[in-house]
Amino acid sequence: MTATKLGGPVAPVRPAPAGDPGGGLAGRTVKIVLLGLTVAIAVWAAFPLIENEMWTGLAILLATTAGLLYLYLTPRHIPLKYLAPGTVLLLLFQVFPVLYTASTAFTNFGDGHRGSKQEAVVAIQTASVTQVPGSRQYALTVATTGDPASGPLVFLVTDPVTRQVSAGDADGLAAVPPGDVTVGSTGRVTAADGYTVLTAGQASLRSAEITALAVPTAAGAIRSSGLSRAYEGRAGRAYDEGCDCIRDTATGRTWTADENVGAFVGADGDRLAQGWKVGVGFGNFTRVLTDSAIAGPFFRTLVWNVAFAVASTGGTFVLGLLLAMALHSPRVRGRLTYRVLLVLPYAMPSFAMLLVWRDMFNTDFGLINGLFGSDVDWFGGSASARLAVILVQLWLGYPYMFLVATGALQAIPRELSEASRIDGASAWGGFRRITLPLLMVALTPLLISSFAFNFNNFNAIYLTTEGAPFPADNPANGATDLLITYTYRIAFGGGGAQYGYAAAISIFIFLIVAVVSAVSFRRTRHLEEVHS
Amino acid sequence: MRIGATLAATLTCALALAGCGSGNDDDSPGTDPSARPPAAGELVIWADDKRSAALKPFAEKFGSENGVTVKVQAISKDQQTTFVTASQQGSGPDVMVGAHDWIGNLVQNGAVDPVQLSAEQSAGLNPNALKAVTFNGQTYGVPYAMENLALIRNTDLAPQAPATIEALVDDAKKRKIPESLCLQVGQNGDAYHLYPLYSSAGGYLFGTTANGDYDPKDLGVGKPESIAAFRKIAQLGEKGSGALKRSITPENSIATFTAKKCAYLVSGPWAVADVKKAGIKYDISPVPGFQGGQPARPFLGVQTFYVASKGKNKALAQEFVTNYVTTPELAVALYAAEPRPPALTAAFDQVKGQDADLEKFVAAGQDGQPLPAVPEMAAIWDPFGKAEAAVVGGADPARTIAAAGKTISAAIK
Repeated sequence: MTATKLGGPVAPVRPAPAGDPGGGLAGRTVKIVLLGLTVAIAVWAAFPLIENEMWTGLAILLATTAGLLYLYLTPRHIPLKYLAPGTVLLLLFQVFPVLYTASTAFTNFGDGHRGSKQEAVVAIQTASVTQVPGSRQYALTVATTGDPASGPLVFLVTDPVTRQVSAGDADGLAAVPPGDVTVGSTGRVTAADGYTVLTAGQASLRSAEITALAVPTAAGAIRSSGLSRAYEGRAGRAYDEGCDCIRDTATGRTWTADENVGAFVGADGDRLAQGWKVGVGFGNFTRVLTDSAIAGPFFRTLVWNVAFAVASTGGTFVLGLLLAMALHSPRVRGRLTYRVLLVLPYAMPSFAMLLVWRDMFNTDFGLINGLFGSDVDWFGGSASARLAVILVQLWLGYPYMFLVATGALQAIPRELSEASRIDGASAWGGFRRITLPLLMVALTPLLISSFAFNFNNFNAIYLTTEGAPFPADNPANGATDLLITYTYRIAFGGGGAQYGYAAAISIFIFLIVAVVSAVSFRRTRHLEEVHS
Repeated sequence: MRIGATLAATLTCALALAGCGSGNDDDSPGTDPSARPPAAGELVIWADDKRSAALKPFAEKFGSENGVTVKVQAISKDQQTTFVTASQQGSGPDVMVGAHDWIGNLVQNGAVDPVQLSAEQSAGLNPNALKAVTFNGQTYGVPYAMENLALIRNTDLAPQAPATIEALVDDAKKRKIPESLCLQVGQNGDAYHLYPLYSSAGGYLFGTTANGDYDPKDLGVGKPESIAAFRKIAQLGEKGSGALKRSITPENSIATFTAKKCAYLVSGPWAVADVKKAGIKYDISPVPGFQGGQPARPFLGVQTFYVASKGKNKALAQEFVTNYVTTPELAVALYAAEPRPPALTAAFDQVKGQDADLEKFVAAGQDGQPLPAVPEMAAIWDPFGKAEAAVVGGADPARTIAAAGKTISAAIK
């Protein structure tokens, strides 16, 4: 929206140029290829949308593609040309996931509630088909009375005992005179008068029809089990539209659809496992607030979480800055070597390093206890486990701070500190009043983003302590658990994956991080006054 | 005019690109069947890295015998979640290979179909394996390999197989072996590896219904039997004899055994390759139980071929799973890829001559119980493991197990 407004006043300034605006043949070729790619992606994306009848998605796709083509094929709207790619990507990768998460939070999406009601009904009926007790399995040949690709399907089934061949279709089973068929050694029909036998390749193309074909019999129906065997099966449960319920055909017991929970519920509260996705309003949010497993240790976890983020960010910053300043001095020899060595931890994949650190903290076999001859049960006590994870974060995180601090230090003119020295300031005074404020202008946004990252640093905990140690009476919340690892366990640990619930929790965490970041940005605004 | 020319060029270019694109990616047969009739049906199989390599030649053979295309795709991580999510989106496979304890979750998500085995086919399978893939009275998938824990011992350090866990600890102490037992606990416990001892001490996870299925409504954790069992386990813990300790983790238990720091390792067939590589003389016996207790029952895990409910070629998938996987030669090839006892009796008989370990593992699993496939089992692992770690670390069993039971029943509801 803003982009269009910006486009308004600027466009008339530059009338459509008579010459080539694309900067010659190369420019035009690039433009054609890029736009061609856009259209190609749109075409590629359109087919699945049409197939799944997602017309809204298709309309958005068409409008976006047409808009982009119009934008780049006309010489007008110059500023918009620059803004459009970023805007499209922002919508695609930022706004859409946020909206999707938010919309998921209002549903019961998760294990047992993934699909539609229709899918649940199909799953229940399919799962209830059992072989009729005492019935035989037949050798099966799939045949047709017409063209192999489209003719009506017929099951030619051979009774394993009597060798009697019958032909079955949706209308029922009829015996075939023995003279009309050739039966192979396995009992399968290899040829039959009036029928074309399908090869496995031909049959495989009509898989869905074969699976759907049920030849009615007195006790149930003959269905295929693959392409070479058939069995007589009976559906134990069927959906009844009249009562919107599932009825057990043997016992007559019913489970009625409950649209509030997305499941078929019996009279005694018993639910069928196969449910479907429904909206649950604010249910997930109230559950977060009222669940005693969350609300109970929430405050303690939040305090530790903030402490962890502050210690990780602050610790790495102080360490990184000290090292950067030490190596900033021109008197140090071999600065490049030192810098390369210091950056090394940053160059290693952090998840692997986290696992290595976890093993180094092992009480009996770990490097740390081995090195110091100590016998500390690192992950067994709250304080030592917390210290351990912060130490690991320090090691993993200081090279980043070292790098950015080095960069920022080099951007500060040396004359400033020299001038302060001449004016009689001590080294510490110069650093505190001149260098540090100038550094903070550049580094504060990085510190805030580092804080937000560490606040949700899932790997740092999950790959080391997994939240341990846990109090003996509460296996759900450990001493080193962050909100994110704690809620992950609640959302995915117990009753399978509960995406709706997890989405609601992540919205709460987002709110906490957003508030903390907004407050910090507001409070650091005064730092920028240093410049003005 | 010029704009028109650019637009025309763009569209030409787009068509060219789209042409290349659709040429490369033929896995959406639904897009335009009339224009490009496929020559034969396609079967897509998902398995983990090791098994997909072993499956490939057989899949190709099945394909050429039947005139169809078979694609084996390796899924390296999170196979179950990937399968369920992809199935729901309609981009899943026709056949999935995985562990049998997924069944409960796969069924509640409508991701797998039952298979109808003939009486002869069922009779050819190990009864324990068949029981494991039976859920709510239906057979979901065809088992092909089994696994369970056993006691692997270094015969140089411990020549005799111990009859009880107490005898094992005494023996290790007498011989001054640094660690009595390599049974992985880790910081947060490991319910799977503890279960033989827990069951021997009288504990259970779920009761069983009249027909032998697990009954999620009868939770054993938190019951007096489970507390009594953990009192016995506590005696083996860090404050007791020290046979169980949290510093033995899933990562280091096998390595500690191969470094000869412990004489006894509780592990499964997957550990044997490492033990052989380290050149250790070993023998395999059942996990010993507590003196005067019940037999130690390890969990039985069964690797299974599933027919995906939302596969595009279910008839072919059923054919492959029920009529091809049940042949011994495929089972033998999968055994060669990873030596676990085949579930197919014919295949087991074929390979047991060349591998004495197999029969020992099967003997160790004689009293085993199939790993519960009910979805409620997901609620057990984490709290049970943590309770184990706490008790091994010296916490009060009664309070710890009662809390674990409360957490689990809250998650099951």
